[in-house]
Amino acid sequence: MKMKGADILINCLLEQGVDTIFGYPGGTVLDIYDALYRNGKIHHILTAHEQGAAHAADGYARVTGKVGVCFATSGPGATNLVTGIATAYMDSIPLVAITGNVGLNMLGRDSFQEVDIAGITMPITKHNFIVKDVNELAATIRKAFYIASSGRKGPVLIDILKNVQIAECDYEPAKPLPAKAIAIDEKRLDQAAKIINESKKPLIMAGGGVVASRAFEELKELSVKLDAPVTYTLMGKGALADNDERNIGMLGMHGTVAAARALIASDCIIALGTRFSDRVALNRELFANGKKVIHVDVDNAEFNKNVAVTLTVLADVKQCLKSIMPKLDKKSGDWMKQAKNADGKKDAIANVRAYDILKAAAEIAPDDSPLITDVGQHQMWAAQQYPMNKPALFCSSGGLGTMGYGMGAAIGAAFGTGRLCVLVTGDGCFNMNMNELSTAVTEGVPLVILLMENGVLGMVRQWQKIFYQRRFSQTTLNKKTDYVKFAESFGAKGILIDKDDDAKAKLKEAFDYSLENCSPVLVDCRISSDDNVLPMIKPGGTYETQLKKMEEN
Amino acid sequence: MENATQKYTISALVANKSGVLTRISGLFSRRGYNIESLTVCATEDPDLSRMTVILIGDEYMLYQMIRQMDKLEDVKKIGCANELDCVYRELLLAKVSATGEMRSQITLINDVYKAKVVDLSIDTMILEITGDPEKLDAYIKVIEPFGILEMQRTGVTVLARGRHTLKDRDCYGDHVN
Repeated sequence: MKMKGADILINCLLEQGVDTIFGYPGGTVLDIYDALYRNGKIHHILTAHEQGAAHAADGYARVTGKVGVCFATSGPGATNLVTGIATAYMDSIPLVAITGNVGLNMLGRDSFQEVDIAGITMPITKHNFIVKDVNELAATIRKAFYIASSGRKGPVLIDILKNVQIAECDYEPAKPLPAKAIAIDEKRLDQAAKIINESKKPLIMAGGGVVASRAFEELKELSVKLDAPVTYTLMGKGALADNDERNIGMLGMHGTVAAARALIASDCIIALGTRFSDRVALNRELFANGKKVIHVDVDNAEFNKNVAVTLTVLADVKQCLKSIMPKLDKKSGDWMKQAKNADGKKDAIANVRAYDILKAAAEIAPDDSPLITDVGQHQMWAAQQYPMNKPALFCSSGGLGTMGYGMGAAIGAAFGTGRLCVLVTGDGCFNMNMNELSTAVTEGVPLVILLMENGVLGMVRQWQKIFYQRRFSQTTLNKKTDYVKFAESFGAKGILIDKDDDAKAKLKEAFDYSLENCSPVLVDCRISSDDNVLPMIKPGGTYETQLKKMEEN
Repeated sequence: MENATQKYTISALVANKSGVLTRISGLFSRRGYNIESLTVCATEDPDLSRMTVILIGDEYMLYQMIRQMDKLEDVKKIGCANELDCVYRELLLAKVSATGEMRSQITLINDVYKAKVVDLSIDTMILEITGDPEKLDAYIKVIEPFGILEMQRTGVTVLARGRHTLKDRDCYGDHVN
């Protein structure tokens, strides 16, 4: 059937099962938006800014496991996607970003809104394409989805020239390309099983790869069979329910005391789908410290990149765990008990107001609500204290640490799950992309925004306390913004929780209102400027040097 | 993890289309790795180009580069050439000042090095020599005193000896894991 390029694009998206797109129209995507309009089968969410669209597609992908899709026009539309694409790249989130560009006859002439977005996004995409010929369009789109969702997932950008959108060619429907299975080296599985069986104190370390491969049941089964503690990286939060008896909390710079102690005491680390980032393996030479480390990952390039390990297993985590399970001996003993409560004492970590608010919110929020965070202190507090008892519902910018990620991602997560979402943000982050609150209102998104307002850029300020003798250079916000009024003016509801207020009652009101009215509710939570995130391990530090209270220079 | 620095040769078959070179060179520059020599040319298969990269670095850098390159969609086959099992060749063109007696002196040197004179003018010569990079280095040293006006080296090309071909090679051979 003869079809215009723009219509071929829409049909190819339908082939891939795309039903939701986040985007923003413009000059070079007019034909695409016209085709979208005429087709009418795909729900398009118009964001306030293209960055919001990219983050929304990312949030959508994280909660659904499907490929997130966003549209933008050429030039500034395309460059506005860049932070969102880089965020997805660092966290291995499958995304297909589609941009228009000027026609072939205008290309390379510095035409209006022309930018080399393929060149710009080269280091932050798994792959990208410039489509110059309509005959290559369908195959390119199919390939893009395949690349985004296979192996180690990631973003792919397709830049479609204007003339391609208008030109006609034959279109034949096709099924999505089948995923390529990775053959696991059986010998390595045997070796891994031997190391695990010989270990006395194995520690399971779950990374984002466990979430990406949806290996939740297998992870649980492994922990039961080995009766071993499970710690997780930020990206692995929710892979094992936080209320699971074997979950000892997050590992890393702001991880739990129990996880740090278990890491030190363990004799074997089973690292699943993690890349030993510098926020986890803060000191890459001393991280393993003579322990056996088995590294399971789908990306060959991650092996021995940051931490030298004992054994590497190239595999999808889910497949690997399924295959290795029968080879493992059932373990029992008091290692689990020891790891759970290392010295019989409770972690003596100072309480902060945000913990109370987050715990109260978690009790009120439905168990299957996605939790989205921005970046900074509130992100770490949420990762530490907000229990995720259902998997794949936690969205946070781990690798890139993108302030302003949350609003867009929350909208995406809401469309991905169709449920009420909880966004934990700070006043620094919220100010970056607060414009997307208007999108959430327009789209009737049930969303409770817990804005931890401390009037400062808390995490940077915390570092200034520790490393810069309290010289608070540019971290005091001094804003006069009334966030309750701001929310109301956008058509959302605003609620204030002052420092001495009963948070529970106010939060209940917020969740009830949001659910009943399908509306975002902004909860302005006033907290101290001086609360810190603890425990903390300084950059480059070992787990032995974990600080339980602030140590200022 | 960090080892002694040495020269490594990476051979790759890559998609023969625009942008591939940028993708690969970007992988090096992003990590602050230096490319000593880079040769890219079409092959017997019109869809593929063959790329030879000389990297100066340690083993960690080599493994990182091979694995990162292998992840690129456009890289079809990749391997690290082993110096003993491969033939290395490079071509040099050098324009030197050459008048009167200097010409015969250069011709003498050329006999030893099996180099050729491919252009002759009143006061210059263009010399051509093919060989492994070390031979070219030595030749340049000898002709330098005559005054090199300009020169260009093609970069290193490599083929494995015997039946082995990069195409048949499963992944990148025994250099990884």
